[in-house]
Amino acid sequence: MATTRLKTTQRTRGYRAKTHRGSGLINLLYIPALILFAIFMVYPLVSGIGLAFTDWNGYSAARSFVGFDNFSRLFTDPVFGQSLVNTFIYGVGSMILQQIFGLGLALALDRKFRGRTTARAIVYLPVLVSPVIMGTMYYLLLQYNDGAFNEIVVALGGDRVAWFADSGNAVAIIVAINSLQFMGISMIIYLAGLQSIPEMYYEAASLDGASTWHKFRYVTVPLLQPAFATSIVLNLIGGLKLFDIIKILTNGGPGYSTNSVSTLISITYFDNQNAGYASAMGVALFVIILAVTLVMNKMLGRKQLEA
Amino acid sequence: MTRISKPLVAVGLIVVCFVQLLPFYVAFTTSLKPKTDLSSQLLPPTEFYFGNFASALGDGNILRAIFNSIVVTGVSTLLVCVLGALAAYPLARRKTWVNKVVMVLILSMIMVPPLSILVPLYSMMSDFGAINTYWGIILVMVTTHLSLSVFLYAAFLRTIPTSLEEAARLDGANLFQVLFHVVFPLLKPVTATVIILTGIATWNEYALSSYILTKPDVQTIAPAIASFFSTQSSNLGAAAAAALLALAPVLIAYLFLQKWFMKGMVAGAEK
Repeated sequence: MATTRLKTTQRTRGYRAKTHRGSGLINLLYIPALILFAIFMVYPLVSGIGLAFTDWNGYSAARSFVGFDNFSRLFTDPVFGQSLVNTFIYGVGSMILQQIFGLGLALALDRKFRGRTTARAIVYLPVLVSPVIMGTMYYLLLQYNDGAFNEIVVALGGDRVAWFADSGNAVAIIVAINSLQFMGISMIIYLAGLQSIPEMYYEAASLDGASTWHKFRYVTVPLLQPAFATSIVLNLIGGLKLFDIIKILTNGGPGYSTNSVSTLISITYFDNQNAGYASAMGVALFVIILAVTLVMNKMLGRKQLEA
Repeated sequence: MTRISKPLVAVGLIVVCFVQLLPFYVAFTTSLKPKTDLSSQLLPPTEFYFGNFASALGDGNILRAIFNSIVVTGVSTLLVCVLGALAAYPLARRKTWVNKVVMVLILSMIMVPPLSILVPLYSMMSDFGAINTYWGIILVMVTTHLSLSVFLYAAFLRTIPTSLEEAARLDGANLFQVLFHVVFPLLKPVTATVIILTGIATWNEYALSSYILTKPDVQTIAPAIASFFSTQSSNLGAAAAAALLALAPVLIAYLFLQKWFMKGMVAGAEK
């Protein structure tokens, strides 16, 4: 009897040692993933930094080292400056609109009523659609001659509007379309947040005579803090990376006035054949996104990506 | 809620739903009217005209694009699940300092914006001869979606006790038997999330696909619609028909799997 028990213990110990401290062979399982990251992410990141120090045109074998020229050009180039400003308008503008709509919709759709599921599904639907297709469909609405928007403008006695001719308008329209398309993500993040607040907190507040506004301000808002953090960071980063919808609706135009840094990279590389300068913009974009992510996570007390 | 605010909220919700459906509705009416029909976009067609769909299927080659998207999305999603689950297992179960560093490295890849590596990635892909190939776009799609998958699997694995794996090992199962017969079957819920997130993202991907896939016979729907749209500025009915055809598979999936889609997106967002 005693010996059997001893044996089992020993065997268990032997097993534990093998899985948790022993052979590192199990680590081989992440090698395929690491190889992919090394080839398709790390190597391009590193070689992109290298290309940023050259005047490569993107196709010929010839390229010469130009030092920090491309990087110093970033600080003086008005076209890049404009794209940087636009990138932040796209990011911050979409982020603000999506929080307002997302939270408003979540509060409205958290209550039980008939049609609630349908309403949620409709608000969320555009999230699943490619921005390329969304852009195509909105283009139909906004076109000059027989778009529904101009039809309404004319019916109200106005003149047709060329919606994308003015860069300020075009940027605002892009922010609006992006926000409408992805506000469903904020909505479900806030809905999940609202559902995690125990009902008894509201009951206790009612017993203390709290008004609807006080309950919202002192129970809902503080307890939604993690949802705010998640939604704000996600929408801001998404907006800063904006590419597809701009490509479809304006391709950066008129002129270069509606470019984000992302679309300007593609235009500088493929249309202007300036791969060296486009690489420098790529490095700048990476640094900006990294910095914004780290600062926002710190500010909002959001947990860093955990190992 | 007070008596006045209730109808206000209801009206607001109806307006929002109307706005969200408007582009779909206008695409629908435009696609079913011939170019000569000058009636308002907001009015339904008086009779159905299918010429636009014929042109989207013919000139636009939309069926081919849908087929390409199914191949690219299917293979990429499968690989993202398998490679992600395999990589997550040692990272969640064996927390040595090396593995912690590897985990941080993999997760930091989430922050790389695709356009920031466009130039070096494109030139490397053309050196490989990977432009306009399925394998080229699939490997890029797998890599750009793999870190989220590793993260989700690792987070889920940490909530599963190790006792089942230990029991299987005691019964003499080797590592692969443990993985395939014990661990992977437990990962079903998180796999649904990974499939939805990767599937939707790959199906809709445009930024990198539009440069890696330039020929119609390999193009997936997003670049195909974009290039068809740019050639059809005079015939928007065809562009609308192409957009609707490309939407159909996603809409059908959403109709049947709505709950999963929303749950999956929340799980993916709360990383």
